[in-house]
Amino acid sequence: MNCPLPTPPGDTVTLAHGGGGRLTNRLIEDVMIPAFGRPPGGEQHDGALLPIQGNSGIAFTTDCHVVDPLFFPGGDIGSLSIIGTVNDLAMCGALPKWISAGFILEEGLSMSILRRVVASMANAAANSDVRIVTGDTKVVNRGKGDGIYICTSGVGQVIPGMDFRPGRVTAGDAVLVSGDIGRHGISVLACREGISLELTIESDLAPLTGKMLALANAGVDVHCMRDLTRGGLAAALNEIATASSKGMTIDEAAIPVAGEVAGACEILGLDPLQSACEGRFVLFTPEGHAQKALKAMGTGAALIGVVDDSPETGVFLRTTLGTKRVLEMPSGMLLPRIC
Amino acid sequence: MKFVDEYREASLCKGYAEEIRRTATRPWTIMEVCGGQTHTILRYGLPGMLNGAVELIHGPGCPVCVTPPSFIDAALHVASLPGVILCSFGDMLRVPGSGGDLNSARARGGNVRMVYSPFDAVELARNNPESQVVMFAVGFETTAPATAAALLSARELDNFSVICCHVLVLPAMEAVMSMKGCRVKGFLAAGHVCTVMGWNQYSALARDYRVPVIVAGFEPADILQAIHMCVSQLESGSHRVENQYTRSVSPDGNPAARELMDRVFSVTDREWRGLGMIPRSGLRLSDDWREYDAMRRFGVTLGEPAAATECMAGRVLIGEIPPTGCPHFGRGCTPESPMGAPMVSSEGACAAHYRYGRRT
Repeated sequence: MNCPLPTPPGDTVTLAHGGGGRLTNRLIEDVMIPAFGRPPGGEQHDGALLPIQGNSGIAFTTDCHVVDPLFFPGGDIGSLSIIGTVNDLAMCGALPKWISAGFILEEGLSMSILRRVVASMANAAANSDVRIVTGDTKVVNRGKGDGIYICTSGVGQVIPGMDFRPGRVTAGDAVLVSGDIGRHGISVLACREGISLELTIESDLAPLTGKMLALANAGVDVHCMRDLTRGGLAAALNEIATASSKGMTIDEAAIPVAGEVAGACEILGLDPLQSACEGRFVLFTPEGHAQKALKAMGTGAALIGVVDDSPETGVFLRTTLGTKRVLEMPSGMLLPRIC
Repeated sequence: MKFVDEYREASLCKGYAEEIRRTATRPWTIMEVCGGQTHTILRYGLPGMLNGAVELIHGPGCPVCVTPPSFIDAALHVASLPGVILCSFGDMLRVPGSGGDLNSARARGGNVRMVYSPFDAVELARNNPESQVVMFAVGFETTAPATAAALLSARELDNFSVICCHVLVLPAMEAVMSMKGCRVKGFLAAGHVCTVMGWNQYSALARDYRVPVIVAGFEPADILQAIHMCVSQLESGSHRVENQYTRSVSPDGNPAARELMDRVFSVTDREWRGLGMIPRSGLRLSDDWREYDAMRRFGVTLGEPAAATECMAGRVLIGEIPPTGCPHFGRGCTPESPMGAPMVSSEGACAAHYRYGRRT
């Protein structure tokens, strides 16, 4: 009638610690913050906002990229490493300027693959209006790495008046998403070894600086912005709900999901709301600015919910049947259901 | 999405919910057997539509949840052997045995791979002749035919074997009904298991325990329609097998799949996590296939059935208490550190409640 207690988690690092869910947060809270302290301002955001005298300040961020396979429909580890960092800066309300790139290469990697990745980085940097200004390279023994790991750091200049931190989220704010969700996660998964799904889904990988500037230029009062990465929409909304101590209700039927993404998730037993994106963000703005914001973000953007005027913190989903349930923070790795 | 959206249509679902509320004169206790159905019930917030007209309790139909620790320990042991690649379905990776889970076995250096199908494991064996590839074969009659077919396709390979932990649904339903304190008055049977096995096999259960059995699909409209059929039977005092999932299930099921199972497996007694030993409820490799039994190949013996601990999985699985009735729910036991299997899989009754039911 009973089952045994498992060994307590946390004695070894597992893949779930890198999944962008609760275990990643716990790793940061239990291991990193006690050692390094909290960033200036105290709030966890996509990057650190650093004051500089006589200036609106700079945003500083860093990101490590490990992706299997290295090339996927719509991108590769090179473009991902640049655009991921560009997007973290844009979400801080900063204009991305300079990027550093650290390469960990595995002995035996073909030089032509490296050239392709580097060319893709250069191309992504040019398209995102940033310069790669410094870097480092290390090579590890064969078998000690997955071909290429890339770590990028980026510096951007904060645009005066831009403050997108979660603390500004207010009851009554509209919740918007900049486009259909889940493409990146599914496109990478579908071309991984062992999953023979014939899909034409391309990653949504794209720089978000243009949309951020369009919102600023249109005079949208952006309270908070966050790009959707690991853990997808579910993780981003939960992080903001926690950081702002607010509750929000999301209308499931209003969340844009491409048919192919929804279909792949059905087959694989995954939840599109937890699938990663690399070119989408959520936006919190006063209700009166919602239409202006939708227009500035362009095709595919959608109004998906509202910040509640209630003391209950968390993310609630109004299902397609009109019932209400909690939208949980993803816990760790996406594990497909068996049947 | 074609062939799916029709069964998620709001007005259709609301209509069935209304019919159920109108028909039920008291809150009948109905068990949905399959974890996939549990998932749908909570994902779509169906209890919220029914307003207490029926009480749904979540049955033992989550395949990874019922896999006993003794088998997981065996898989952990095999995964730790040099030269072995252990293949597992995704959500099995996080189910605790008595010495950790397969994810942590991987973190400790075991070669553990997630596969979607036993055929992926056969392919892996073909491509890695220097390694021994072992499929951790779990699940009900839905996954068992694929294991059988994979074995038949691997006859020429001497580096492929399986840890066979398949289980059968019907004996578990009988075990639930014969348990002291069982509150189940009607069943929603697992539509996909019935797709393979057919609905004829439930006639005796319905007759002997005087309990309606409705073969049900997995979309919200399927489940609501099936609940309505069940409530109608209960209200009229009848107890027969009815098939709601007609688009997939026939009286005799899928003869080809059943034949595959008959060729490869024999029925055996099996321990279920939370339910204990259930006679004739498991599948083992039949004698002709013994050489493909990984336990035999690697000299692994199954440990003793699990000793009593604090986890109340068993009482949850028979519907004696709801997941939230367990003192550990959401406190000592969460999806990140599950005390028992129902908190692990997204189909598990506790995990489904935790994800979708908490605070609502």
